[in-house]
Amino acid sequence: MKNFIIFAGIWLCCSVLLACNNTKKEKEEQTTGAVTGGGQASVQDDVSQKDVVKVAAGSKDHTTLVTAVKQADLVNALSNAGPFTVFAPTNAAFDKLPAGTVDGLMKPEKKQALQDILQYHVSTSALTVDLLKNMQSLGMVNGGRITITEKDGKIMLNNTATIVASVKASNGMVHIIDQVLLPPSK
Amino acid sequence: MLAVTAITITALLNSCKPKGAGAAVGGDAAAKVYVAPGKYDEFYNFVSGGFSGQMSVYGLPSGRLFRVIPVFSVDPEKGYGFSEETKPMLNTSHGFVPWDDLHHIALSVTDGIHDGRWAFGNGNNTPRIARVDLKTFRTAEIIEIPNSAGNHSSPFITENSEYVVAGTRFSVPMGSNNDVPINTYKQNFRGTVSFIGIDKTTGRMNLSFQLLLPGVNFDLARAGKGKSNGWFFFSCYNSEKANTLLEVNASEKDKDFIMAVNWKKAEEYIKAGKGKKQTVSYAHNEYNEQTHTATSVLEKEVLMLDPKDLPGIVYMMPCPKSPHGCDTDPTGEYIVGSGKLAAVIPVFSFTKILAAIEAKQYEGEYDGIPVLKYDAVLHGEVQKPGLGPLHTEFDDKGNAYTSFFVSSEIVKWNIKDLKVLDRVNTYYSVGHLCIPGGPTKKPWGKYVIAYNKITKDRYLPTGPELAQSAQLYDISGEKMKLLLDFPTIGEPHYAEAIPASLITKNATKIYKIEDNKNPFAAIGDAQARVERKGNEVHVYMTSIRSHFTPDNIEGVKVGDMVYFHVTNLEQDWDVPHGFAVKGANNAELLIMPGETQTLLWKPDRVGVFPMYCTDFCSALHQEMQGYVRVSPAGSSVPISFSTGKTSPAPGTAKPGAGGDTNKTATPGASNTN
Repeated sequence: MKNFIIFAGIWLCCSVLLACNNTKKEKEEQTTGAVTGGGQASVQDDVSQKDVVKVAAGSKDHTTLVTAVKQADLVNALSNAGPFTVFAPTNAAFDKLPAGTVDGLMKPEKKQALQDILQYHVSTSALTVDLLKNMQSLGMVNGGRITITEKDGKIMLNNTATIVASVKASNGMVHIIDQVLLPPSK
Repeated sequence: MLAVTAITITALLNSCKPKGAGAAVGGDAAAKVYVAPGKYDEFYNFVSGGFSGQMSVYGLPSGRLFRVIPVFSVDPEKGYGFSEETKPMLNTSHGFVPWDDLHHIALSVTDGIHDGRWAFGNGNNTPRIARVDLKTFRTAEIIEIPNSAGNHSSPFITENSEYVVAGTRFSVPMGSNNDVPINTYKQNFRGTVSFIGIDKTTGRMNLSFQLLLPGVNFDLARAGKGKSNGWFFFSCYNSEKANTLLEVNASEKDKDFIMAVNWKKAEEYIKAGKGKKQTVSYAHNEYNEQTHTATSVLEKEVLMLDPKDLPGIVYMMPCPKSPHGCDTDPTGEYIVGSGKLAAVIPVFSFTKILAAIEAKQYEGEYDGIPVLKYDAVLHGEVQKPGLGPLHTEFDDKGNAYTSFFVSSEIVKWNIKDLKVLDRVNTYYSVGHLCIPGGPTKKPWGKYVIAYNKITKDRYLPTGPELAQSAQLYDISGEKMKLLLDFPTIGEPHYAEAIPASLITKNATKIYKIEDNKNPFAAIGDAQARVERKGNEVHVYMTSIRSHFTPDNIEGVKVGDMVYFHVTNLEQDWDVPHGFAVKGANNAELLIMPGETQTLLWKPDRVGVFPMYCTDFCSALHQEMQGYVRVSPAGSSVPISFSTGKTSPAPGTAKPGAGGDTNKTATPGASNTN
């Protein structure tokens, strides 16, 4: 299982890198009149349930996260079939980081660091809160792990972030959290 | 037959010898059929599967295969005919018939123009007509045709989709005593054609009436359109009424018939209370999209009209040598008959037909049906067009395109002056051909596609059986140009092509879970459960990326009938889940988002049996699995089920002991480490 998550993580990273290359090509394609441009995120579909990206994009409290996901070229990967459990820090959560942290991560040369942080917020699985209660440790897409604890009836991650709400998405679960999770230094 | 063979050999040795394929394809052919990744084809091509019993969907001009729609044959890939919900679709008065021979497609039309709502197909062997819903690309309805013995002349459609028709290929004894010597054909055998009404809104079919007719073989048919709307034309062969060696005995006469039917006249008679109700038995099967379940009803009655006693409905027109194709041009004025063994293509004029009927220009009667004089109804003949003319389609410029089986070619000719304009080889032995909109009032033109029966040396060989093929030609210029050929499923017997835009706008993406009225649905994990009723065990199961609820089931016993009712809770386009369990004697289920389907499993031995999702649904597809424990008949292990439980419940650790009776159905996943 561990191997699979690591594999999935590598696979996701690869697809992110590929997606990065693809984007340029697809932009060229669009000028030649292709029906579809980018990856799965650009599929025209007003009927299906929203995926995790669209859920986040529909929240006014997650504009920083959505900007970061775009900057990290993770939009197409997170529009994939998944399944994903996404821990989604609010704007307020990002604001709690030391001044300048977010701006620094948004710089092109910090893309890998940004991807590492964002992928630390995603697990390849679709876990409801009920199941998180039972989880001691959860493997994340970046290869790291987070610890889940239950305190005063609330679910906490790494003893810092608290899940304040959960939203079902077409390709998984979005759990809104009040702190950004920082991967332990490797 | 010898004569035909001799002609064939001569022809092949002379003018009709196909050139090398390389010489036949222009240098810009690849660019003309290339549809870049991510781009859509301009046309859908709905191609019958012939003896595969199915309908396949290709894109044009690329020739890419998008889907095989199961219609008359079971399809284990989709669970069609194997799931409890779809089994009734293949019910007939003969019981469950899991195969048929789908020859012809008829796309629905409004005012004679494609409207993109339904595709109809005929079942040749056990006479049936199916309706495929083009929102879902699934078979929505199948109706059996009584008093028919081979539904070949079908399902061609009228100008506003009022009716599809079903003419029997085989005449058979009809009435109370059908146990007669076969060689009493001439006295006892009769044919019928059926008119099946189509509901304007729902598309639902209804057997409106049948015509009792002489014992000929009905082959193909086309509705009138425009000025000939209200009429239907059927080709008939074996006017000799042979019951053996038709190869010789049905080719004696110089002319057989095209039968003209005034169906509006038939409607008048019906309104006036004419026609006799006859007791019959035929199945009418419908798939309900709310319950995701098919029902089959055996209908018991048909209204029969005998044109002998009801003048003005049916006329026969002599047509040379066993006519096969019978095609009306976009204006409705011209009816093209193609005698398989004829050296000419006769073209009839609707205006002349009406005038001949008015002036009673009959050359006699055939079993009480007036036969119009050939010269009185003939517009003209295309002279020496080729060998073995079969079918004709039309472009938007007044040209006709006829396929020739024996000389393996398509011949383009002008409808008005009947002059041959162009001819191209096909590789080899073309049957039907298709122009987008070719049988309608509005041909979309651009391409003609040949459906070939023989592909010797055309593709990499695959043993004794080779793929049949479709060949795409550009017809936008004066000369036809071969662009592409592609292999097809089964026998690509006939096809229609339609602009994609008429269909894509209506495409269904998901079934809304809140509209799911399947009585066995589990709408949400909270409804997932397992219930025993005598020796039936009903598993109300849900599937969502990436687990089943429940995924551990105990208390099943050898000899039980286990019904897995699996509801796909996904509400996401293109995310079906599959379901399979080891040792099942049927197939998998393939369950669309929001749908419920049921697999019956009869465990025959003790053990623990895996079940899993068969459709690669997600990154954790391989984790989407579970177990069913089967105990011996008479075991006291009670029904229990769970998802996400990892440690044994008290008292269940010992083999053979009772299971957990605390019915928990916690949603969960299997990726605890």
